[in-house]
Amino acid sequence: MFKKLFITLFIALFFITGFSANASEEVNVYSYRQPFLVEPLFTQFTEQTGIKVNVVFAKEGMAERLAREGKYSPADILLTTDISRLIELRDKDLVQAVNSSVLSSAIPKQYQAQDNTWFALTTRVRNIYSAKRLGKIDINYEDLADEKYKGRVCTRSGKHPYTVALVASMISEHGETYTLDWLKKVKNNLARKPQGSDRAQVQAIHQNLCDISLGNSYYFGKMLKDDKQKVWADEVYINFPNQKNRGAHINISGVAMAKYAPNVKNAQALMEFLVSKPAQALYAQTNMEYPIREGVAVSKLVASWGSYKADALPLEDIAKNRKTALKLLDQAQFDL
Amino acid sequence: MIALYNSKTWKLSSYIIALVLIVPVVVMLVGGVSASTQLFTHLWQTVLPSYLENTLLLAFWVVVLALFFGVFSAAIITQTNIVFKQQLRWLLLLPLAMPAYLVAYLYTDLFDYAGPVQRGLRAWFGWQSPNDYWFFDIRTLPGAALMLALVLFPYIYMLTRGAFEQQDQNLIRASRLLGLTAKQSFFKVALPLARPAIAVSASLVLMETLADFATVQYFSVNTLTTAIYDTWLGYGDLGAANALASVLMLLVLFVVLAEQRSRAGLRHQSARPNSKRELMQLSFSQQLIASIFCWALVILGFLLPITLLIIMAVQYSDVAQLSVLLSTGINSLKVSVFAATIAVVIALSLGLYQRLHNDKYRQIPQLISGFGYAIPGTVLAMAMLSTLGPLDHWLNGVAELIGFTAPGLILSGSIFAIVFALVVRFSAIANGTIASGIKQIPRSLDYAPATLGVNLRGSLTKVHLPMLTPAILVAWLLVFVEAMKELPAVLLLRPFNFETLSSQIYQLISDEMLEQGALGAILIVLFGLLPIVLLNKSKEKV
Repeated sequence: MFKKLFITLFIALFFITGFSANASEEVNVYSYRQPFLVEPLFTQFTEQTGIKVNVVFAKEGMAERLAREGKYSPADILLTTDISRLIELRDKDLVQAVNSSVLSSAIPKQYQAQDNTWFALTTRVRNIYSAKRLGKIDINYEDLADEKYKGRVCTRSGKHPYTVALVASMISEHGETYTLDWLKKVKNNLARKPQGSDRAQVQAIHQNLCDISLGNSYYFGKMLKDDKQKVWADEVYINFPNQKNRGAHINISGVAMAKYAPNVKNAQALMEFLVSKPAQALYAQTNMEYPIREGVAVSKLVASWGSYKADALPLEDIAKNRKTALKLLDQAQFDL
Repeated sequence: MIALYNSKTWKLSSYIIALVLIVPVVVMLVGGVSASTQLFTHLWQTVLPSYLENTLLLAFWVVVLALFFGVFSAAIITQTNIVFKQQLRWLLLLPLAMPAYLVAYLYTDLFDYAGPVQRGLRAWFGWQSPNDYWFFDIRTLPGAALMLALVLFPYIYMLTRGAFEQQDQNLIRASRLLGLTAKQSFFKVALPLARPAIAVSASLVLMETLADFATVQYFSVNTLTTAIYDTWLGYGDLGAANALASVLMLLVLFVVLAEQRSRAGLRHQSARPNSKRELMQLSFSQQLIASIFCWALVILGFLLPITLLIIMAVQYSDVAQLSVLLSTGINSLKVSVFAATIAVVIALSLGLYQRLHNDKYRQIPQLISGFGYAIPGTVLAMAMLSTLGPLDHWLNGVAELIGFTAPGLILSGSIFAIVFALVVRFSAIANGTIASGIKQIPRSLDYAPATLGVNLRGSLTKVHLPMLTPAILVAWLLVFVEAMKELPAVLLLRPFNFETLSSQIYQLISDEMLEQGALGAILIVLFGLLPIVLLNKSKEKV
């Protein structure tokens, strides 16, 4: 009897799972970006075009999944939260070039691949948050290693892509030896072991556990809009580092088309939609990111933080130094 | 020992099932062989020794704490006369419904510098800054060990309690007649008799601890799991990740086998279990201590966290969240029910095969089908894609060859992959529970039906399965609850538009926004409670 039950169950399972959605007008997205950030965009896209958007969200492992799925992968579009992931997808030959004048004209040259394999959708700054009790400060990433901040610096894990990208940019600027030394000194300045998200660091400043933290720009806006987190954000200033020299470290969120995308036309339509003025405005207004398209205004709040100078380092260089950055982080035992 | 039956189909299916379940493990081991030694050298010279030390310390403390909580609470409930025993008996199971990462988050919120506890202390004593006083830091290795032990001890409690309750009281009475005090008799007779159950449940706790990812990550305690993540997702070296995971698995296997060896040859069973128990009569102060011990576990492992969640839900939830919750809840339910049912059927089939069949190697299928438990969810997910991916490609190839349109990734891209992963991962739980249930059945009951001319089927349906009902229910419940909480495998294998409660909550937690997922978290806990309550109602004996 159990055997029969077992067999019946298995057959049922096959029927339930076997026929994944295969309607004609749809586009499949693998997204590193979180649901609440991109779902409003997809809703608007579906309203405009009637094309259904199917999504899988994951923080990690998308590239690996895509590689395993190979030519039968249902994925059309890949959304990432940083440049290294995009380059990784291209280097593993998991994406295809998209030749679209809409995309290439809307996005500044340094924020798209020369071979059209990836496109940035928004930019974000790696800011330094500082406690209001310190007063207004002018700070560089290099200053995080300064003795005067001993025991007063907080950051998330060194292994997080945002931190790794920053370290990679330090390598480009200063070389490996300097960067390793810098990492060791920053580690010495930490108030606690690297932990939590960018928001948790601002909370720690609010708690007076530290004075200085690293965090992406849009989190500041997100926190100010959250009832619980507003009190944390009210305790800090958002600073754009290295304004008197190379400029603040920039990362991007971006998009690429999967190599074996089954719905190429719809995928391209979605990519073009994501750089359109309404979509870019949505990124700016609800996510408080910097839109990639020139002429789309940042949100009022973001505008109030003032303009800033961005590091001109080519994004591909950041991706190139990623593995070295990881090794240095291990060598400095940054997370331990 | 003469085993009785020799069913060819059963034999074949047992070996096939075991083979299917071991495939991801083999994929992982084979993948590990290709690991780059260069990366290993780098890791070994930098972070790996500390990771390893953390892993061992964490495993040690979790098992010790969980044993302390679980065995003593089981003893108190079965052997003593404390008040509210009937209530505590099932209340002590409730922490099982709490995912460890959830408890970790809630306690961090509570005991952090900005949390209500420290705020209260500061207001009361007039302290100004963290330098004015000492307060324990929960985001540490001991903190993580405590969190894990608080939600994992019910495994030990449940199986040990079952063992105590099914013990032949004649043995205890005999020991008393021979002059042992109640206490001596407990430590010298009852406790050693319960050793198989304690050992099985402790190894479950050990494996859960080694595979934990979310809790240690939240507490930023770097363990071998961290190294596996870094090598795979950071350095992009799946081979090295597989090698590390293989080391982790071998570590677990070593412990489990060593334990089994040390009690080889011991067998405890009685044809006429006399379950009428004489309770230890505790003095008032002893009763008080015992009660406080049990209630503290219930409160810390369940009542306090659920209260915090309810407060969050009341403050932050709105009606709009309900519709999202419904669909994610159904998804969670679907994969968990499938996984639990399949795992239990497999465990029964393999367990009874081992017990009843005339095959020199009959314990092998059951043994190897449990290996998957020691693989961290992420690596398992990867192994799953490496296994099902090529199978899907082959199926598509065949379909195209005979003129059909390619069906796509029907295995690796559907919930089949998740359910399969859950079964591979949690078969060990079902196996352990069912096996310890089977051990309680006296050997003579295997032979009796045969002597009376009853065939295999009759023996199974009339004798073994009815006697195993409690074990079946417990095994199903354990796998179901675990599947509800499982995270990494689900995160990586999800098909399109498929969120489960745990994946959604994890995403919110990693952005310090659990408040908005409080309702979903409560739902996971409630689903987890449902079987516990049902079991308790339907059968006081479980």
